[in-house]
Amino acid sequence: MRPSTETISSSSEGANAGAESDTAVAVPRGTRILMRGNEALAQAAIDAGCRAFFGYPITPQNQVPDYFARHMPKVGGVFLQAESEVAAINMVYGAAAAGARVMTASSSPGISLKQEGISYLAQSELPCVIVNIMRGGSGLGNIAPAQADYFQSVKGGGHGDYRTLVLAPWSVQELYGLTREAFEMADRYRNPVLVVGDALLGQMMEPIVVPEEVVDPASLPRKRWATDGAKGRHRNIVNSLYIKASDLEEVNLRINARYEEAAKREVRVAEERLEDAEFALVAYGTAARVAVTATEEAREEGLRVGLLRPISLYPFPAGEIASLADRVKAILVAELSLGQFVEDVRLAVAGRCPVHLLGRSGGVVITPREVVEALRRLVDETRG
Amino acid sequence: MAVQKQESALFHRPQALEPVRMHYCPGCTHGIVHRLVAEVMDELELAERAVGVAPVGCAVFAYNYFTCDMIEAAHGRAPAVATGVKRVRPDLFTFTYQGDGDLASIGIAETIHAAARAENISIVFINNAVYGMTGGQMAPTTLPGMVTSTTPYGREAKAAGNPIRVCELLAALDGPAYLARVAVTDPRRVRESKQGIRKAFQAQLKGLGFALVEVLSTCPTRWGMRPQDALDWLEEHMVPYYPLREFVVSEDLRGST
Repeated sequence: MRPSTETISSSSEGANAGAESDTAVAVPRGTRILMRGNEALAQAAIDAGCRAFFGYPITPQNQVPDYFARHMPKVGGVFLQAESEVAAINMVYGAAAAGARVMTASSSPGISLKQEGISYLAQSELPCVIVNIMRGGSGLGNIAPAQADYFQSVKGGGHGDYRTLVLAPWSVQELYGLTREAFEMADRYRNPVLVVGDALLGQMMEPIVVPEEVVDPASLPRKRWATDGAKGRHRNIVNSLYIKASDLEEVNLRINARYEEAAKREVRVAEERLEDAEFALVAYGTAARVAVTATEEAREEGLRVGLLRPISLYPFPAGEIASLADRVKAILVAELSLGQFVEDVRLAVAGRCPVHLLGRSGGVVITPREVVEALRRLVDETRG
Repeated sequence: MAVQKQESALFHRPQALEPVRMHYCPGCTHGIVHRLVAEVMDELELAERAVGVAPVGCAVFAYNYFTCDMIEAAHGRAPAVATGVKRVRPDLFTFTYQGDGDLASIGIAETIHAAARAENISIVFINNAVYGMTGGQMAPTTLPGMVTSTTPYGREAKAAGNPIRVCELLAALDGPAYLARVAVTDPRRVRESKQGIRKAFQAQLKGLGFALVEVLSTCPTRWGMRPQDALDWLEEHMVPYYPLREFVVSEDLRGST
């Protein structure tokens, strides 16, 4: 309980209290600082020119709304704690329709509740950023790190013929960078962009460098399609209803063309030790952090192993994975679910080499040792 | 004696209404309420800075009928959508136009919380006690005993629950600046309805907070009545259950017209 009505400064603010400015908020820039994942992504949104956040409390992402509640008033932005996840995503819908850069964040069960709104946002061609700090599921599950919302994230999630663009950071620095990038992508493709982390990434503190340059919202181009008052122009309508099947298909084809464009321009991967690898690990986010440690351990044990880490989950790096499959004897997928991400890897590999899965569920995080042992089994089977 | 014949139109289509044919059924009162909303928009010169939010239900196509910017919302979410617009652009005028299923059933959480927040938006709420668009099912405002496609033996409280009186419910909150229930059954009441809509819009323009006008309306098609009979039925059955009056009028709104 915090009964006081006086301003309470948080631990992360303490180091730079009083250093408040209009656009930059109180965070030291251009130098290494220690920051929590959830706070870094919130700062990234403000630095991207986002001045509106609508959310609802859910663990393990609560530092996100807390951060906005503290800092949005300082930059003239909007923070609103909605009555539900459903209301929050529809507030996002309204703010996006009015032309604003806008964001919401939640965790798995809350993201399920937002799916209706995400479907409407996609069909109405509205940009926004949604962060999912994933937790163990299904149902209420628990608040431990998981990657079990992969299907929901990359296959559409809500009803209909749409996708969300999905970025998967693996560090606090990337949570910052990719959240900023997500706003640019959302506006570029007029589509919701999802940033997926998990309890581990959201909660941990890591050194990051927050860049000097920030986006001034006033510098952003006006969105000609926005419902922001029909002054000097014909009315704009933001809508997802098309009674004629051929009309709806036309809109869906237009949206789909943007996904194809994104597939050409937005695929991102990172590689570790793949140059001479005989065997490859493929993993993203927290599982990739474990996998990179396992790569080093396996190398020390004489296994020529490397890691391919998708950073964009949609568009999926299918071409990169296919060419990897041509170069290695077998692939081990490590993920924090019982086999979701691995399906897309197998589709990309298309039988070029064996693909095995090491998956843990329910919030259990894979250990590097488990990965090395799974690699050893893979090596034995492949040579067997 | 020469009588000077000078023709002048006494009745115009409001500027804020698009010159298009509406999809509403014959005798439906949505058209009247649309007109009232448009007249008030004209009088308060709102069309160039208004953003309307259409519901899911019979008024789903409202976005085709007003000349201002329009957003089509998910079922029941119009108050949340309007909140999003208004919070990022307080200079815009934002109203929602919602039916009883949209506002009082699937969207009652959004309605109550927008009211509790004193969200500075205006809501036009059409209560015709039935789901029109989907085929005449029970609404949250369907009267006891009333026959609908999902209460074929008449609405019985024990099985199907009791109707919700939205204005009375919201009047218990501190947030609303203006709450009124009106009806569009005869010319006098139509004029009163317009006054209600005008006050609800002015509440927002004055920054007073949440305003809602509940308009008792007819649905001759789903009620299975001729339009005049439907108006009589509304008067006879709905008005006693849903009393017409102002429930909340902010002090700062009194005396304004």
